[in-house]
Amino acid sequence: MLSIKLAFRNLVGAGLRTWLNVFVLSLVFILIIWHYGVIDGWNLQAKRDMKTWEVGNGQYWQNNYDPYDFFTLEESHAKIPNALLDASRQGIGTPILIHQATIYPEGRMQSILLKGIEPSQNAIAIPTEALDVSIQEIPMVIGSRMARNCKLGVGDVTTIRWRDVHGTFDAAEVKVVDIFSCNVPNVDAGQAWIPIQKLQDMMQAPGEATIFIIGEDQDMSQEIEGWKYKDLSVLMQEMDEMIKMKRVGGSFLYVVLILLAMLAIFDTQVLSVFRRQKEIGTYIALGMTRPQVVSLFTVEGGMHAILAVIVGSIYGIPFLRWQVKTGFEMPAGTDDMGLAAAETIIPAYGAGLILTTMLLIIIITTIVSYMPARKISKMNPTEAIKGKIQ
Amino acid sequence: MENKSIINVNKLTKRFPIGKGEFTALQDVNLTFGKGEFTGIVGPSGSGKTTLLNILGSLDTPTEGSAKVLNQEIGNLSAKKAAILRRRHMGFIFQTYNLLPVYTVFENVEFPLLLLNMNVTERKKAVMDALEWVGLSDKVKSRPAQLSGGECQRVAIARAMVKKPELVLADEPTANLDSENSHNILQMMERLNKELETTFIFATHDEKVIKYLRRKILLRDGKVVTDENVKK
Repeated sequence: MLSIKLAFRNLVGAGLRTWLNVFVLSLVFILIIWHYGVIDGWNLQAKRDMKTWEVGNGQYWQNNYDPYDFFTLEESHAKIPNALLDASRQGIGTPILIHQATIYPEGRMQSILLKGIEPSQNAIAIPTEALDVSIQEIPMVIGSRMARNCKLGVGDVTTIRWRDVHGTFDAAEVKVVDIFSCNVPNVDAGQAWIPIQKLQDMMQAPGEATIFIIGEDQDMSQEIEGWKYKDLSVLMQEMDEMIKMKRVGGSFLYVVLILLAMLAIFDTQVLSVFRRQKEIGTYIALGMTRPQVVSLFTVEGGMHAILAVIVGSIYGIPFLRWQVKTGFEMPAGTDDMGLAAAETIIPAYGAGLILTTMLLIIIITTIVSYMPARKISKMNPTEAIKGKIQ
Repeated sequence: MENKSIINVNKLTKRFPIGKGEFTALQDVNLTFGKGEFTGIVGPSGSGKTTLLNILGSLDTPTEGSAKVLNQEIGNLSAKKAAILRRRHMGFIFQTYNLLPVYTVFENVEFPLLLLNMNVTERKKAVMDALEWVGLSDKVKSRPAQLSGGECQRVAIARAMVKKPELVLADEPTANLDSENSHNILQMMERLNKELETTFIFATHDEKVIKYLRRKILLRDGKVVTDENVKK
């Protein structure tokens, strides 16, 4: 109790020196929470978008389908089972037929994945209603990345070439009827969406599909012969692992920021021990025991962190709240760097993150304050009183 | 006054290591101090005055011999017990005042009482009384940096006296003060010595202080050369 009282008195008495330390520490504290909040918000957004745009609430895969083995794609389609046809009719999900093709925008040649989808589906967020048009060319919806890469705009016509199930090459003209913008590269880059029936005709694979996506708000998990059910945890596995990796990368910054703050406190405390030798000698002469002096300096250091939490709350809470309202605008070109990110990321601050950061800073600050304070116990009081450097 | 012995120093020797050798700061010192004394240990620089004062103040320990202060053998005291002895029974006055720079005058004087866990009301009264003794009641909120040298030393005296200790050890208390301030402070200490029966032991070579002493112990090269009562 005495240590707390004296430490508080010392901190308040030290004035600007204390408040500078407290401000730096609070800045680190807020920066860590904000940084992690942005990363968590980014992750949440990415998971949400992936569900909305790509994986729905689970999928059925034709037995041969392996998204990581491109060569199996030709064999990865089969008649849509009745159970899935019924589900499709009831609006529970939508079948997707995937096939390899080549597109020739502006005379260039580029491999793409053609994805056939029901124009009337609402299982995923691809704006497929635009495919429900009657035009001479094959209507095609693409994402903004694909549009940028192929330099295609709405209304542009280009040629695609594909091989049907018998191995015969064919070609046709496609017309871009809509371009969507989303944060999920898997439904955008190198992909073109056309009506499933058209693709079935092109491939000479009537009534067939590669996968079946269950709508985001729908539920279905029954076993279907020849098709494998993949639940959300399996479909999100890659994303979850990426998030874990991102967290590991992010924690380096966390550690660096904390180390910087600790260095400041350690520096201040070491400096204090040397600069305040006379004061320490006086404490001992007046009757303080050495452990009491060590405790006083340790509490002083720890109190920096507590004050930093208080000061940080004063300006940090309004700032963090404002960020939740307005979001953090990602720099232009982030998308081009291969980072799937929305234009604006809404940070997500968890109570766990705030409490852990708070506790960690208080504990580490106290520890780094204890270390130089321990040196005091070796100080000769008769020399310390005179303020002689020892 | 000056009857009951509170300090007994017997064949006290203190040596300090210097390089590979040793320096003898005190040699075979025998002294006794009674309650209420106003005594000075005088002598040139390096004669061992401060060393003796540090041992009597339990800030240092003898190499040989014994120093019994307020019934406690200094050489046998643990660091904690020595701290408690200082906290309860001793006051210190230093040449450079040694006030805590971030504390106000009130807080500086209050400090020894905080260590004694005295309650707030008693503490406030004791601090104000002490500041009144030294004539600084109007400076309670000032910080040491705002005070003159004389005022700082008066605060140091108030801090040493606030708990009404049995023993006050003053190491060159006037060395940084001008003549007028030195006399004021010495008169103040003399008055407190008489009013509160506190034993004052000075380490000094200042003639101004020597004039006020009732007993003068002359040290030279770590040995007591003379020990005499001064007739006033």
